[in-house]
Amino acid sequence: MGVFRDENAAARSARDTQQQEKYSRISILLTKLTFANLAHRPVRTLLSILAIAVEVTMILTLVGVSNGTLHESARRARGSGADILVRAPGASSALTLSSSPMSDKFVNVLRQEPHITLATGTMVQPLELFDTITGIDLDQFTRMSGGFRFTQGGPPVNDMDMIVDEPYAREKHLKVGSTVTLLTQKWTISGIYEPGKLARICVKLPVLQRVTGNPGRLSQVYLKVDDSGKAQSIVDALRKIYPEYPIYTMEYYTSLLQVSSVGLLRNFTYVVIGVAMIVGFIVVFMAMYTAVLERTREIGILKAVGSSSGMILSMLLRETLLLAVIGTIVGILLTYVTQWLIVHFAPGGMTQETVYAWWPITGAIAIVGSLAGAIVPGLKAVRQDATEALSYE
Amino acid sequence: MSSEMPFIQVRQLTKTYRVGDVDVHALRGMDLDVAKGEFIAVVGSSGSGKSTLFNILGGLTPPSTGSIHIGGKDLSHMTNAERTNMRKNTVGFVFQKYNLLPTLSAEDNIKIVKYIGGNGTDLDSPFQDVLHLLGIAERLKHKPRALSGGQQQRVAIARAIVNRPAILLADEPTGNLDSQNSTAVLKLLKDLNERLGQTILMITHDEEAASYAHRRVHMKDGKLVQTA
Repeated sequence: MGVFRDENAAARSARDTQQQEKYSRISILLTKLTFANLAHRPVRTLLSILAIAVEVTMILTLVGVSNGTLHESARRARGSGADILVRAPGASSALTLSSSPMSDKFVNVLRQEPHITLATGTMVQPLELFDTITGIDLDQFTRMSGGFRFTQGGPPVNDMDMIVDEPYAREKHLKVGSTVTLLTQKWTISGIYEPGKLARICVKLPVLQRVTGNPGRLSQVYLKVDDSGKAQSIVDALRKIYPEYPIYTMEYYTSLLQVSSVGLLRNFTYVVIGVAMIVGFIVVFMAMYTAVLERTREIGILKAVGSSSGMILSMLLRETLLLAVIGTIVGILLTYVTQWLIVHFAPGGMTQETVYAWWPITGAIAIVGSLAGAIVPGLKAVRQDATEALSYE
Repeated sequence: MSSEMPFIQVRQLTKTYRVGDVDVHALRGMDLDVAKGEFIAVVGSSGSGKSTLFNILGGLTPPSTGSIHIGGKDLSHMTNAERTNMRKNTVGFVFQKYNLLPTLSAEDNIKIVKYIGGNGTDLDSPFQDVLHLLGIAERLKHKPRALSGGQQQRVAIARAIVNRPAILLADEPTGNLDSQNSTAVLKLLKDLNERLGQTILMITHDEEAASYAHRRVHMKDGKLVQTA
């Protein structure tokens, strides 16, 4: 023992390579140290995990709600039974429904076109968030869609009668005979129907036109054709005749109801991702910075026994990675909680889907944000002078 | 000076560092020769440069001028990375405050140093004998906080020699221990020196501790004043 090894540069570099190979293998000891360090400060560790989890939940909930709500809209649109949708000129976005610029005489014009068997106009008035109130011509709509299936009550009879779908009724605790104030009017619920039919809240078209001050105006027209397989060629023909109107097959329109097709939602998602990443970054930065300060002495010890900068950095990054991975898992689990909360408490027809494709994306976002947060504390640890660190109190 | 270089040779070593705006001359032309297998006590008042000498010998910090050879290897011109590499297998440290990693068991404290030294993590049977000699073989699964100061220091000694370093540097190894534990630790160091031929340099304030060494070296104002 105590024999000094006289080694030349070649032997040393060979040993370095060998050591690097050893480092590259996952060492049980270093993993143990990683867990031990995290367990040493349980509160800080839990808070860091929670912050990363909230970051993940924030993104996944937004994506889930965007997708869920749009897909729900698409499902309802398909439930209208129409083959073709004609929208008002200038309505470019899938979600822009705020105006009622078409004359209801246009319905009759369209009805005269070849292959069109049915045509019905609706008026859509936005309410809070994703909710809208839809004015329909009940007879025409029933012929097109096969009609609402009422679980309670029936179609509107009086002018101020309103029908709503089951989820809306459940959310707002509505029964047949309940009254609701919307658009400053008092409505009476005449019926509650199974969801998936065009809209969640429907009233008589002329009534809605009157209360919103848009008599004779429509938001969109639904067409049914004699052969739905030819819907696209009919759309092409209609576009030639009415070039200023956006006209789509229902199939195409529902495919537009995706987050990636709605610019506003897409940008909003990016903003939330950015904010979430910054939050994750700051939390990990703080946690790792205090960890490095607190472990000044330990880092000094590791340096004294020959740990390279790379090894010290990798130890901190392992801890960060572990925090980020656990945080991501907790965050994913939390989205089921938000889903439950949205089903039971959220206003305005929000639906949250579980978007599995976003699990790895969000995980990657959380990991990248966290690792970025660990860089500065890591460099501080690496730059620490071993002799000062060892005498650190 | 003989034609053969001593195991440790320090020549005209100086170290100046800045504290605020003031230059501190911690070492001012220090000379020292240590033979292989020697046990040396370095004594001197605080501020005499003992710790600086140890930090340089241990490769923790580079000297300002002068030369320093351990086993024929010149430390004074090493880069940071080379000194880091040297620390893995050439020196072992024992500190006054034990400096064990608090989150790892005694055994893992030893193993991680072996791992960092690039020597795997298995504690071989000769080393198991050393652990028995140190009297900590039964306490290895405990975390440092469950060990007494004397036990912690013995774990620290085991850690210091696990990679079979050329020299063991002990900085006030009994400074935090009561007299009974101090005696035990000093006897162990002497034992390691005699049985294993371990070269040891020990900083101490304590004359009694110094008496365990083969010889003592007095430092004053960054220089050697006498060799007893």
